[in-house]
Amino acid sequence: MNGAQDLGGMMGFGPIDPEADEPPFHADWERRAFAVTLAMGFTGRWNIDMARQARERLDPARYLSSSYYEIWLEGLVRLMLERGLVTREELAAGRSLAPALEGVAALPAAGVAAALGRGGPTKRAATSPARFAPGDAVRTRVIHPQHHTRLPRYLRGKAGRIVAVHGVHVFPDSSAQGAGESPQWLYCVRFEADELWGPDTTASSICADCWESYLETPGP
Amino acid sequence: MDSSSHAHPGSELTEMELRVRALETLLVEKGYVDPAALDALVETYEHRVGPRNGARVVARAWADPAFREWLLRDATAAIGADETFGFRGRQGEHLVALENTPCVHNVVVCTLCSCYPWPVLGLPPVWYKSAPYRSRAVIDPRGVLAEFGVTLPADTEIRVWDSTAEIRYMVVPMRPAGTDGWTEERLAALVTRDSMIGTGLARPPAGFEEGGR
Repeated sequence: MNGAQDLGGMMGFGPIDPEADEPPFHADWERRAFAVTLAMGFTGRWNIDMARQARERLDPARYLSSSYYEIWLEGLVRLMLERGLVTREELAAGRSLAPALEGVAALPAAGVAAALGRGGPTKRAATSPARFAPGDAVRTRVIHPQHHTRLPRYLRGKAGRIVAVHGVHVFPDSSAQGAGESPQWLYCVRFEADELWGPDTTASSICADCWESYLETPGP
Repeated sequence: MDSSSHAHPGSELTEMELRVRALETLLVEKGYVDPAALDALVETYEHRVGPRNGARVVARAWADPAFREWLLRDATAAIGADETFGFRGRQGEHLVALENTPCVHNVVVCTLCSCYPWPVLGLPPVWYKSAPYRSRAVIDPRGVLAEFGVTLPADTEIRVWDSTAEIRYMVVPMRPAGTDGWTEERLAALVTRDSMIGTGLARPPAGFEEGGR
């Protein structure tokens, strides 16, 4: 969706302002927000694409004026409310007012290392040949879906060239909607910077990973 | 949590602290999260997993040509194997290493969110997740690099990698001159977090020694 998360090429946000010797967390609430978000993810009630979509559905003005962990919390609360894990009344009260949803198992402390070590690989077995090969010229499709997508606006309708084939991976546009993994071939595509920005760039090229359905063979 | 914040709740805690504490209490009461698991998650990324992991990988690539070849061909296996480093898992399930050369300088960004190779670099810094970096890295990387104090020759190709899928990218910076014969441990101390994102270079040995650390 064309939300505030799709930032590539926007202007006016000011300097980057790196912090020397930056700590992993800046406040205790950030530690707990990070951990609660990960731990709730491990309950398996949503996948990473649904989590990203929940954050992207934040009002754009709110997204751009919130800190990163504030955005995470907003997404987490939205997911929990939608799935009936908690109610607004419970969130306001800070305590449980009704029985827990059945069948939700908390990740135990003893399982943390193994769960992190497993991660969530997205590569799947190929069931069809890849349509493109390294060196092939491609063009990204012009799409503006209402749902989550991983094709940023600045890369839509652009000519590029396949530089690598990553195998078959879960398709986020489908996965985010609960419509299944629908795995597709995933390619690394290189775009010349002037194809994207004309003369107004200091980049030479941009590489991005594109699922097969984002791509078409350029016309003559 | 220190005891003083328990003694005076409300007077010392920010709105966000109160809100997150209430959320955690609720989720623990519901049985959805185990507070000890939350502690373990924080402990992992605050103290055990960070850019020193990646620095060890880069140092080995500099010191061992066979490992460098493996890393550039299959970073997931080269970094994740038990017999090398065993750095693998969440947000590093599929890794690609990008080697900087005198001709090509690689910079990594995630314009859509904050994709970052956790097993080798830890959690991303705030600037990496922020709108200024995510918006500008793909259109004006030289301007971005200048803010990090990095100026590259005009004929160096600047190649920006936008992490749009679950492939996680790390940069292998150029090995500084004057480090022939150094041990991997000494080399690793020259590898900064930013040099593995592409917004910095590895430290030169002279400056490093002058700095005393």
